[in-house]
Amino acid sequence: MRRFVFLTPLALSLIIGAFAVWGLLNDRNPSEIPSALINRSVPNFDLLPLPGLNSPGLSKKELLNLEKVSVVNFFASWCLPCRAEHQSFIKLSRNDDIELLGINYKDNDKDALDWLTELGNPYTYVGNDFSGRTGIDWGITGVPETFIVNKNGKVVHRFSGPLVGERFEEFKELLMLELK
Amino acid sequence: MIPELGQFSLILALLIAIVQSTLPITGLVRKNSIWINSAKYLALLQFFLVLIAFMALMRSYIVSDFTVTNVVNNSHSNKPLLYKIVGTWGNHEGSILLWVLILVAFGGALSLFGSNIPTTLRARVLSVQGWICVGFISFMLFTSNPFERTFPPPLNGNDLNPLLQDIGLAIHPPLLYVGYVGFSIVFSFAIAALLEGEVSSAWARWVRPWILISWTSLSAGIALGAWWAYYELGWGGWWFWDPVENVSFMPWLVGTALLHSAIVTEKRGAFKAWTVLLAILTFSLSLLGTFIVRSGLLTSVHSFAVDPERGIYILILLALSIGGSLLLFAYRAPSLEGGGLFSPISRESGLLLNNLFLTTSAAIVLFGTLYPLFLEGITGEKISVGPPFFNISFTPIGLMLGSTMAIGPYLKWKKADIAGILSRIKFLIFVSLGVSLFVWYLKTSGPVFAIVGVGVSFWLFTATLFEWMDRVKLINKDYSDIFKRIRSQPRSANGMTIAHLGMSFIILGVVCSSAWKEEVIGFVEKGSQLEVASFLVTFGGVSLYQGPNYNSEKATVKVEKDGKFLENLYPERRSYLATGTSTTESAIRQSLAGDLYVTISEPANNKFKGKWVLRLIYEPLVNFIWLGASFLALGGIISITDKRYKVGRTFKYRRTKPANKVVRLDNF
Amino acid sequence: MNHLKLFFITFFYLVPMGSSMAVEPDEVLTDSKLESRARDISTNVRCVVCQNEPIDTSNSGVARDLRILIRERLLAGDSNKEVFKYLVDRYGNFILFKPPLTLSTALLWFMPLLVFTLGVIILVGALKKASPLKRSKTFSVSNEKKLDVLENEKEKD
Repeated sequence: MRRFVFLTPLALSLIIGAFAVWGLLNDRNPSEIPSALINRSVPNFDLLPLPGLNSPGLSKKELLNLEKVSVVNFFASWCLPCRAEHQSFIKLSRNDDIELLGINYKDNDKDALDWLTELGNPYTYVGNDFSGRTGIDWGITGVPETFIVNKNGKVVHRFSGPLVGERFEEFKELLMLELK
Repeated sequence: MIPELGQFSLILALLIAIVQSTLPITGLVRKNSIWINSAKYLALLQFFLVLIAFMALMRSYIVSDFTVTNVVNNSHSNKPLLYKIVGTWGNHEGSILLWVLILVAFGGALSLFGSNIPTTLRARVLSVQGWICVGFISFMLFTSNPFERTFPPPLNGNDLNPLLQDIGLAIHPPLLYVGYVGFSIVFSFAIAALLEGEVSSAWARWVRPWILISWTSLSAGIALGAWWAYYELGWGGWWFWDPVENVSFMPWLVGTALLHSAIVTEKRGAFKAWTVLLAILTFSLSLLGTFIVRSGLLTSVHSFAVDPERGIYILILLALSIGGSLLLFAYRAPSLEGGGLFSPISRESGLLLNNLFLTTSAAIVLFGTLYPLFLEGITGEKISVGPPFFNISFTPIGLMLGSTMAIGPYLKWKKADIAGILSRIKFLIFVSLGVSLFVWYLKTSGPVFAIVGVGVSFWLFTATLFEWMDRVKLINKDYSDIFKRIRSQPRSANGMTIAHLGMSFIILGVVCSSAWKEEVIGFVEKGSQLEVASFLVTFGGVSLYQGPNYNSEKATVKVEKDGKFLENLYPERRSYLATGTSTTESAIRQSLAGDLYVTISEPANNKFKGKWVLRLIYEPLVNFIWLGASFLALGGIISITDKRYKVGRTFKYRRTKPANKVVRLDNF
Repeated sequence: MNHLKLFFITFFYLVPMGSSMAVEPDEVLTDSKLESRARDISTNVRCVVCQNEPIDTSNSGVARDLRILIRERLLAGDSNKEVFKYLVDRYGNFILFKPPLTLSTALLWFMPLLVFTLGVIILVGALKKASPLKRSKTFSVSNEKKLDVLENEKEKD
């Protein structure tokens, strides 16, 4: 019994060590937080369109009425990775089963318009979140951030960071699952 | 050429470390006295080799040798010379080299000043120290080589993070590392004792100076880090329970417990297994700290460059050293003899209580820091464990410790007359309660912990002082021999008194500056005035000037109180040219009663362009924290010089007082 | 893949930053009670784009947005609890520096008490072992007193 007591420090260190190994090997990002919106209905929003752009704005009610799978993408003209992933959205826009909603986060109207004119506008709807409040409502921690919303208006997935390469493949797979 | 020389020295040092880890221990088995004695010289040789490597790196910084990758990443030719020098350790690779330098320096110091220790024990200690050196030097050479070259060399470097270009942050790592790494020698002593199968009172006496040096340096290092954060970061705070801060605090808590437990082992031969365990745990926590800071496992404002690959290497080192030592402990500790008997109220039980408080605190800090990792691993949930948790959990224990340590010095060994003690000093208890009530009356908005804290601080201060007065018989009113009595007090007792007084100051400073901080912010232009804590502050406008590697906007701020002019303060906003980052240089009017802390910044809202944001914070009694920490360090230094340790002065001592126990040669 | 990730992580957090230093005067509410509640709340809210900082002292744009948002909620009449819930609904429990007491955090909150109690039990056990009640009958009381005096003199400090 006494021997047993003397083994406790070792036992405790092994437990801590096991968690440390898990923490390192997992390719995890300690600063990344899971989205609080998963499996919940889309948050309330009502966004005006970007002046000068031919895409309309969108509200939650309108999104729910669409009853289609939608992809919500937060972007900004001052965000470099958004530029990198923009091609992916151009590709997605060819698929008629998905609604693409772009939300312009904390941006300047003119800069955003120029950016979309230059790179092309893949979005069916573009909402103007000048204040960043909608971003907070969706719990974003930066741009770009993309959400997959199912037909019933429930948020099912959240992707932080640009959708390029492998990441984009992952995204497409999950999107395909929702469409079935 | 010189960097290559440094690199070569490190490789040689590794080879010597390998020899040092194996030859003396083999010598003990084969009873070869030459091999046993070699430990001393190998340790000194290692020190010189690593010193050469360190000097080589420092020289590369001083001359801005941009063929060395490390210098390119962390330095700039326009950086002031002082920061070129201290920038040597302002990065991951350089700081590991500093770590190793201190590691081998302690080995060298033991060789030079440890001649009062039996050769066999010293050989074992140095061998264990050698194992640690092998681990860290190889870590450096294989994953964090400071001497890697860049070709072709760029025209200039990336400059040191401006926040680090500061004298406080220059001294903080070396002091901290002497603390962390000093406990490696204590660890080696513990392992050596377990290997011998014997922990004697003499062992506790030999190890104590090394505990004191490490503890003192760690205390100073942590306090310096907190003080730096206070005056540099601009929000008047000095502790955030950030993971990196916590991993420095844990070895300090366990180290303090060790400091006290070792007294019992030395004087009464008791708590042997517990002291050895604490010695192992203190260094293990230092190693854990090194791991967490450099592996990116937890998010922290203090992170070094994050690299999970390095993390794995350090984790392997940890598994071997911590795992191995705790396994040895489990195997050998049960056969260590128990110590003397003592009554439930005695100095022994008092020290046991002290250990209870300190180790519980350490467990709280450890668990709180690692909990987010545990939870994420088990359920995938991500939570944050921040200051509220630590403050709520730690404060009660801290206050209990503060209150009980007031009585500690009064307790006699084996059996203490608690009733007698309390009856003599109960008037101090009433006065302290009175102080608390008075503070409550003055500051009806005060939180409970602060009101209690002020009373505890007063109680600790007076009780400690009174005990000293009692010991030198100051109260007897027999003043004839008073100076003789004061001078003849053993230094370790004086050290204890000073350190405990320091703790009372720290408690006072901590509770008052946290509970009764006042803050005022306003948009200002020339002539605007703001008031805080009865100070009237007038903004006098901003002038531009250029520093060696930065541009500065310097404000002149006039401070008055009760109509009287006090002084001008000059807060700044600096923009560093190479990195483009900016820092706030706060201006502080210091006094024991409190600090008036002033910073300026530019408004975020463009509507207020042209104006400045002036921030005034009043922190009551905050300087008692730094004063208390200095007392702690002073107490430690005085204790180290106690006659009975005679670190260095060996022959006189050995002739008059032989070691308590004979060291057996045949145990491995 | 590591380098790519590092690149994106660096740019990912590129939120427009002024050289602001935490709470700005234009955020401060005129009602000092509400303002002090706001400050209390924001010292306990984690800045989600920073490396472990509260929004009260963070320079980032998101932190400022959240500070302003909190004050709006307070002006709208929310209690502190409701404000925290508002934030947790959007960002999860990660945003709170004081973890809520739930089944998964019960162990965290009760651990200090558990460890302390365990420590007290061990302490009492050690004290019991160190002062056995039985005394040897042959050792007289006066001898014990003499031994006590001798021992205490030797170990004076």
